Amino acid sequence: MRVNFTVNGRPQEADDVWEGESLLYVLRERLGLPGSKNACEQGECGSCTVRLDGVPVCSCLVAAGQVEGREVVTVEGLAEFAKEREAHSGCASGACGTSIDEAKRWEAKPAQDSQTGEGVELSPIQQAFIDAGAVQCGFCTPGLLVAADEMLERNPSPTDADIREALSGNLCRCTGYEKILDAVRLAAARQGEAV
Amino acid sequence: MDFLRPASWEEALAAKAEHPTAVPIAGGTDVMVEINFDHRRPEYLLDLNRIELLREWEVGEANVRLGASVPYTQIMENLRTELPGLALASHTVASPQIRNRGGVGGNLGTASPAGDAHPALLAAGAEVEVESVRGNRFIPIDEFYTGVKRNALQPDELIKTVHIKKADGPQQYSKVGTRNAMVIAVCAFGLALHPETRTVRTGIGSAAPTPIRAKEAEAFLNAALEEGGFWDNGKIITPSIAKQFADLCSAAANPIDDVRGTAKYRRHAVGIMARRQLGWTWEQYRGAGRTLEGAA
Repeated sequence: MRVNFTVNGRPQEADDVWEGESLLYVLRERLGLPGSKNACEQGECGSCTVRLDGVPVCSCLVAAGQVEGREVVTVEGLAEFAKEREAHSGCASGACGTSIDEAKRWEAKPAQDSQTGEGVELSPIQQAFIDAGAVQCGFCTPGLLVAADEMLERNPSPTDADIREALSGNLCRCTGYEKILDAVRLAAARQGEAV
Repeated sequence: MDFLRPASWEEALAAKAEHPTAVPIAGGTDVMVEINFDHRRPEYLLDLNRIELLREWEVGEANVRLGASVPYTQIMENLRTELPGLALASHTVASPQIRNRGGVGGNLGTASPAGDAHPALLAAGAEVEVESVRGNRFIPIDEFYTGVKRNALQPDELIKTVHIKKADGPQQYSKVGTRNAMVIAVCAFGLALHPETRTVRTGIGSAAPTPIRAKEAEAFLNAALEEGGFWDNGKIITPSIAKQFADLCSAAANPIDDVRGTAKYRRHAVGIMARRQLGWTWEQYRGAGRTLEGAA
């Protein structure tokens, strides 16, 4: 079957999709977006976390056919997404996402590529992960970035308990959790300073 | 495999009537795991994501009408007052990502004895509204679970709405597992006080072939509370009553040994949860104003 949906602000069409295929497979194998990682395929590890109409979900548990007409943001589009959000003065309601109008206005600019994520200035959460040394093998990082970014959008001043809960669906087997928590605290602090 | 995408509830019922073997998929948190692992190759997948009414809820006079695919996140955030037990149970489901997708309809459809919502539904009192092209019917929650991963649905029926009694008193829920997130219950327990009818109801999860109520324990406690005038005098429930209630809850369980725990441990834990929850809910009923601790 064919699936039409929006990925990182750009309309995409995936062909010859098997009916039982997951969104994760479509992203990685059909659209060439390997940022979302494939590990457990049962929603345990969170490494495939993407935003579906703004909501963080495990893309391995979303059937490809279910995303028809909907909007997906992957880690590749996170920097662009964060930039857009900042340009629209944040999103306190948590109900944001890329609107259809915004998506239509989107155009590829030479210096920015929301598909591969290359050439784009990092989002605050990504920079914070680097600065805090929160990346070890890097496999869990994309899922953590998407989950952490969404939490900071909803809850700009999270407590440690809030952070732990928001990231409770993301496993890191290097056990770099302390640094990851540091990174999220850092991003929250920087976000607070910027306001 | 065929992927059916009904745009309305009527279309979904028609599709299910035409293809009774079609597997409904809403949050996908159970179905997709089975497909990813090659455990299931349904002929038809019936996508329910497009059907708005399944994602809606309404707070009525006596009941909350909860659409089958209202995600757990929404229940936690919006129905804490009306459905405190289910809100606590929802908070123990897996992780934020899963709670954003999964809902009570999926728990009921899968009918695993370990489903997190079941003890809360049993304790609060609920009816499951199911529908087919032949019409709709209401199945009392006590009659819904018919065996391990089996429920009272007919092949052409879909779960539409869960009608849950609004709380008229304190409710509690707890779940035993190795960590807070991503845990399949070793066992779970839910308790609801219903001061209006002067009754208590219980729900036990993951400690019998199906989710069950501890009916003898309920009957004992109802009688003991009545006899001692506890509902009126608001006195502390005596330890002997609490112990007897806990022992009867333990006895109601019919657990097995498996990878998550032994039957003996489950029986013991059900009793402990029952006694603690009776303490917590009763303190709340007495209006001692103490914060509730423990659950979730």
